Amino acid sequence: MGMFDYLFQALTPLNLFLAVTGVVLGTVIGALPGLSATMAVAVLVPFTFAMDPATGLIALGAIYTGAIYGGSFSAILVNTPGTPSAIATTFDGFPMAKRGDGNLAVTLATLASVIGGLVGAIALMLLAPPLAKVALAFGPPEYFWLAVFGLTLISALSVGNMLKGLIGACFGLLLSMVGVAVIGGDIRFTMGTQVLLGGIDVIAALIGLYCIPVVIDLVATPDPHLKVSTERSGFRLKEAARIAWTSKFNLIRSSVIGTVVGILPGAGGSIASLVSYSEARRSSRHPERFGTGEPDGVLATESANNATVGGGFIPTLVLGIPGTPPDAVILGALLVQGIRTGPALFTEGASIVYTFIFGLLIATLLMLPAGLMLGRYAYKSIITIPKAALVPTIALMTVIGSYAINNNADDVIVMVAIGFVGWVLNRIGFAPSPIVLGIVLGQIAEQGFVQAYLIGNAQGGVLSMFFGRPISLGIVALALLTLFYPFIMSKWRARRASGATATAEAGRAE
Amino acid sequence: MIRRTFATALAAATMLAAAGAAMAYPDKPVTYIIPFNPGGESDITARLQQPFFEELTGQSLIIKYQAGAGGAQAWSQLNQMSGDGHVIMGTNLPHIILQPLTSNPGYETDDLTNIYMFHYTPDAIIVSKDSQFKTLQDLIDYAKANPGAVTFAGSGTNSANHLALQRFNELAGVTTTYIPFGGTGPSVTALLGGQVMAGMGYSTVAANHADDTRMLAVATEERMALFPDVPTFKELGIDMVSGAYRGIAVPASTPEDIRKELSDIIDRINHDPDFIKRMEEGGFVVTNIGYDQIDAFMAQKKKELSAIAQQMGILKQ
Repeated sequence: MGMFDYLFQALTPLNLFLAVTGVVLGTVIGALPGLSATMAVAVLVPFTFAMDPATGLIALGAIYTGAIYGGSFSAILVNTPGTPSAIATTFDGFPMAKRGDGNLAVTLATLASVIGGLVGAIALMLLAPPLAKVALAFGPPEYFWLAVFGLTLISALSVGNMLKGLIGACFGLLLSMVGVAVIGGDIRFTMGTQVLLGGIDVIAALIGLYCIPVVIDLVATPDPHLKVSTERSGFRLKEAARIAWTSKFNLIRSSVIGTVVGILPGAGGSIASLVSYSEARRSSRHPERFGTGEPDGVLATESANNATVGGGFIPTLVLGIPGTPPDAVILGALLVQGIRTGPALFTEGASIVYTFIFGLLIATLLMLPAGLMLGRYAYKSIITIPKAALVPTIALMTVIGSYAINNNADDVIVMVAIGFVGWVLNRIGFAPSPIVLGIVLGQIAEQGFVQAYLIGNAQGGVLSMFFGRPISLGIVALALLTLFYPFIMSKWRARRASGATATAEAGRAE
Repeated sequence: MIRRTFATALAAATMLAAAGAAMAYPDKPVTYIIPFNPGGESDITARLQQPFFEELTGQSLIIKYQAGAGGAQAWSQLNQMSGDGHVIMGTNLPHIILQPLTSNPGYETDDLTNIYMFHYTPDAIIVSKDSQFKTLQDLIDYAKANPGAVTFAGSGTNSANHLALQRFNELAGVTTTYIPFGGTGPSVTALLGGQVMAGMGYSTVAANHADDTRMLAVATEERMALFPDVPTFKELGIDMVSGAYRGIAVPASTPEDIRKELSDIIDRINHDPDFIKRMEEGGFVVTNIGYDQIDAFMAQKKKELSAIAQQMGILKQ
């Protein structure tokens, strides 16, 4: 069967219907903080058992990619990432919304998500078996350095507040250690309560740190939540498309970063969007605008996190190793269906895999109209709902969202407590993002470090484990570059400026 | 969420229907709580039971996840749930024995009312396809010549994998290094990527990664149908028959007749040839340990596991 046959199989009315429904449902679930992509996929799994494998996969892929995209809505409109992947979208998305460009930001996020999703899915279609090797090349030391790299990005991104960014990240690292340690099994910092035994859930912390301060501030200030510009309403699609076209290199670069990070099991959308955001800022002509509502920031993060969807399917389908948490659920569903993953799936199971990939591409394209409609509706309701209704709605969502993570009331307690801490920290200038990223990266760094140390010790070379592997060294170099880039740049600018004045003076002297 | 609303609607409908008739168990949808994240072995086997349960009882089986603290979060709450038989929970061995032995997880092993252990995944030593170890003897010889140099990936500390390796070390008279990972997924990644020399995992790993791995030995009584060429540890002179058992428990307030009824339902699923076939394809070994045998089984396992835990020095103070 040729590729066209697979395309036509993906275009059956049932598959199209599931792609649309999946994307719409996913977007709504993703937009609600706490209801994550993993949850969206898990809810849908039992229904897919009644379908044939390719159709089931299309439904799951559609809801997954929709959920990752939907996370941007709340990030932009309420300053609360709907999923951890959208953390970096708050940096510029919310400032845009605040100054009245919320609709433009949502449209930009939609365009970026579609492009990122397409790049990831095309990589999955054309390059999956060779790219899967990337997943295996990353061992414990690489994950350790990747997390360290992520932490240096945080400090670099905390513009003008590097010290506070670092302190926030360290606080997050400490929070990541609470509970039963995965490695070593020690019980740490639980203060003797059962509540903290399971550790501080990343999603609970995310909801608490972002939502609670928003809720409190909404109540405490008389201003409307977002400014509304009356003359520029609607989708502003043309304007967004123009911006996206000028930033095409940013979009492609971010999508590629997202695809590659998505391939790494355990790294995920939050790291992908963080890396691409900092790359976008580094190569921008106006790095100082980042963090104040720069469209390029939204484009970078949203294209990167949707690219992780296609990227994450690569190790899932080729190696049977889930690239991201939702992929783990999808892999489980495949096993129940009796489908054996592996490189052979791309030849013997070609009709399943390629029909699915075409379905994923179609679902990603459908995200454009579906997302624009939903985004417009979300934007309208956020600006028209009176604050008296908006505040309790968000407050209720925080409770439902944090309960829904593990169906556990303990997570709600953790969320509220950490939220108040976050509000106080916010007042004295500590942003929530370094803290949340500290929690996410802390676990990766700790496990990577201990595993690398144990393996190095067994092989008689701890140092060569950390500093003797090419990929590790590459990541270390990137981290160093990130850390010292601002100094190097300012030195270089200063020298060029002094050089320029010197020439000018020399010219005058003649 | 949709499923839940649907389930509630269904529940309402069936309750109306059942009002006149005699009450039979189960008379409404049953919630099956898995104390782990979706996608793991506990989830997959529950998903395999699901259609058979629904066909047998005419009621839907709703799978819910309540992950946290390696399962302890859910198990410590089981007895506060309603005991009418419509809430059941997955239990895992050695977890429910080891956790209370080594720490204070908020429950005791005897607090959990297990009614059935329906399968186990035997411990297995697995290497990647291109490993220098062709047989278990190769690995043992190398480990004897280079104490501590053979690295084994496994899932978690003081876990089933960790204990199995400890037992293997002792029985084979070798010293190896255990590298704990955050789950089966990451440990398999490390194994396939050549970051470690071997893996202590389950037969399911070999079943799911048949093209890339080689299983050197499996801890079953007899060779597995799926792997006729893989020797058991016993054949090789290492007395190891062990693995991770998965069962079902109910809240302590559940009446005796419902416990028996539920045990019978699970037993019937366990004897369905189609179910057995699907379990075996996944590398699972079906066990028929029903409500009447469960106490003896648990007592036996408790004895075995506390002995190993004591050797490892991980018993709580």
